Amino acid sequence: MQETLFQYLLRLGDDSLILGQRLSEWCGHGPILEEDIALTNISLDLIGQATSILKYASEIENKGRDEDKLAFMRFENEYLNTLLVEQPNGHFGDTILRQFFFDAFRKPLYERLTQSKDKQLSAIAEKSLKETRYHLKHSSEWVIRLGDGTEESHDKIQKSVENLMRYTSELFYEDKVDLDLQQKGLVCSLKDVKQEWDKTVRAVFHEATLKFPDNNWSFDGGRQGRHSEHMGYILADMQYMQRAYPNMKW
Amino acid sequence: MVESTYIWDLLEEVSDPEVPVLSVVDLGVVREVSIQDEQVYITITPTYSGCPAMKTMEDDIRKKLAEHQVKKVIIETVLSPAWTTDWLSENGRYKLKEYGIAPPENEVDKSVLFSEPTRVPCPKCDSTNTRMISQFGSTACKAHYQCNSCKEPYDYFKCLK
Ligand SMILES: [Zn+2]
Repeated sequence: MQETLFQYLLRLGDDSLILGQRLSEWCGHGPILEEDIALTNISLDLIGQATSILKYASEIENKGRDEDKLAFMRFENEYLNTLLVEQPNGHFGDTILRQFFFDAFRKPLYERLTQSKDKQLSAIAEKSLKETRYHLKHSSEWVIRLGDGTEESHDKIQKSVENLMRYTSELFYEDKVDLDLQQKGLVCSLKDVKQEWDKTVRAVFHEATLKFPDNNWSFDGGRQGRHSEHMGYILADMQYMQRAYPNMKW
Repeated sequence: MVESTYIWDLLEEVSDPEVPVLSVVDLGVVREVSIQDEQVYITITPTYSGCPAMKTMEDDIRKKLAEHQVKKVIIETVLSPAWTTDWLSENGRYKLKEYGIAPPENEVDKSVLFSEPTRVPCPKCDSTNTRMISQFGSTACKAHYQCNSCKEPYDYFKCLK
């Protein structure tokens, strides 16, 4: 088994899976019908991407754990998603800003992964990129609308910025997993992705009249399986059926 | 001996569960059909990653073929090249409009923020005085529009490239 590729795919797949799960919590609770539908559509795209990625991870691991087993039967410390995606939905502005930070990261990442020497990874990236462009446009426009909206909406989303910015540097975390695969030409450097992320965030914040926080305090740990207190609750919700009735189908 | 043209004809009778006027062939989801030693191989590709209709389409394809005594079928899902609305057949576009869904316009506007949404003529009265309500509609592949002339709310099968 290519251990590093497996780890990389879990990082990619778990980001999609956990954010997809989080967004699905909005189903029936959106502030307006159109946004209820938009958030759940995006959730569905992300869970679909997670399915493709974890399916490929399962083939690489080759131990008989399929994508559903990987999604529903791992323990918390085996999930390698970033802390950003597991943060609570909060209000609509919190959710939109979390989504914007994530989309602005995923778009340049997928653009580069389409060039991967790994055919399956590049196919997944090509497919997902088309969807991610729609997501980024949606989240960017909302960040601008809220930031440059009323005084109240501005203050609220500026607070979201203070809260969520500290989870963003982890998106660009690199270790031996990345370096090994970069050498083989399978994945891209996250430094370029970070540059593009900075550019996107700066441009949108400018339009939205939002400020970067003064301190640059940041958290990490998700890529090593060390999660925030929110993760256990997500898994309890997500895994309940498979834990209570193992191998049940519906 | 089964011919692949016969399989294609049968696939024309399998409809998209979410847009039943379209067949899986009109939709461009079936990419390839080949036959080797009585074994039928069908390659399909998803429209959107999370499209919940894919599994149903696969089951419906098996069922349709089985009804015609074609039982040795292997269906493979491929992601590349990624599905695009360009693969929607001419016939499919016509059927969509008749059904009340505006077919994809040949342009994707998604890079520029707050850009004018794509002009999509109303499928009922052909007016171009229409507006986008939401980029995300009743399914992943559709956006939600309304006609300013006849007031009809309608789905737009959005362009994906
Ligand atoms: Zn009309």
